Amino acid sequence: MKSLDELKAIRDRMKGQVDIREEGSDATRVVVGMATCGIAAGARPVLTAFSNAVQERDLQNVAVVQTGCIGLCMYEPIVEVYKADGEKTTYVKVKPEMVEEIIDQHIIKGNVVTKYTIETAKLG
Amino acid sequence: MMTEISLNILDVAQNSVRAEASLIEISVMIDTAGDRLTVTIKDNGCGMSEEQVKNVIDPFFTTRTTRKIGLGIPFFKQSAEMTGGSFSIKSELGVGTVTEAVYVLSSIDRMPLGNMTQTIHSLVTMNTHIDFLYTYSADGKEFALDTREFREILGSGDFANPEVSAFIMDFLRENHAEVSDLAE
Repeated sequence: MKSLDELKAIRDRMKGQVDIREEGSDATRVVVGMATCGIAAGARPVLTAFSNAVQERDLQNVAVVQTGCIGLCMYEPIVEVYKADGEKTTYVKVKPEMVEEIIDQHIIKGNVVTKYTIETAKLG
Repeated sequence: MMTEISLNILDVAQNSVRAEASLIEISVMIDTAGDRLTVTIKDNGCGMSEEQVKNVIDPFFTTRTTRKIGLGIPFFKQSAEMTGGSFSIKSELGVGTVTEAVYVLSSIDRMPLGNMTQTIHSLVTMNTHIDFLYTYSADGKEFALDTREFREILGSGDFANPEVSAFIMDFLRENHAEVSDLAE
């Protein structure tokens, strides 16, 4: 059985480390809709995929957070990306397989992945 | 309709988050001999009036002003009752709410328990200001995750820290596997 000793070791490693993970004004926010509609449509694995990808790439200025119903239930799972300059992109019907691309292309390189956005979805 | 019991748990636990609970207790109990799977979600949030409790189990009563209620509870209730099980919700204003769903374990209509690791991990790491006590038991074996213990060891509630978050994920995955293979 996994014990709490490991947590103590993590604490000891964290000691003395300066916390550079600050959600300041230069932070990108990834907001995942986690109301009933989002969860039923598959938001939970999407949220996990974003959290994991941000951790794996050690992205210090990216915060993954959750929100309630965005009001566009038919497009769930919905992920909104807010860049530091206030620009908002709404990705719709997001699947875990899309997460790497959104992180690498949009969040790191700054190129919106237009094929997954709500504007593209509305064009049908 | 949700496809896993664990998704219902995630959804209903969000109600406790919105009720501004400081402690949310989630228990999943598997009793093979009794042919039951019992899920309990208990919080010390703002609670509901008798009138509100009646409304949350009726999906068609919800109006825009009570939109935060929605389909979560009806889905949870239906998922248990369609197995021949039962559902109850008890609440008191200012005290909190207890929701219990009992499933008939062997029912063909019982949806899989599913990925409890992801459900509890996302609740704990996304709501670091709230304490969670999660117990998972199966036929006498059990494990518990208590964020109050984590908080004490770490000296903080930084569960979103990458190392801590990874630890919580592994802790859940390994302990689930040791207790029963019903949950991922």
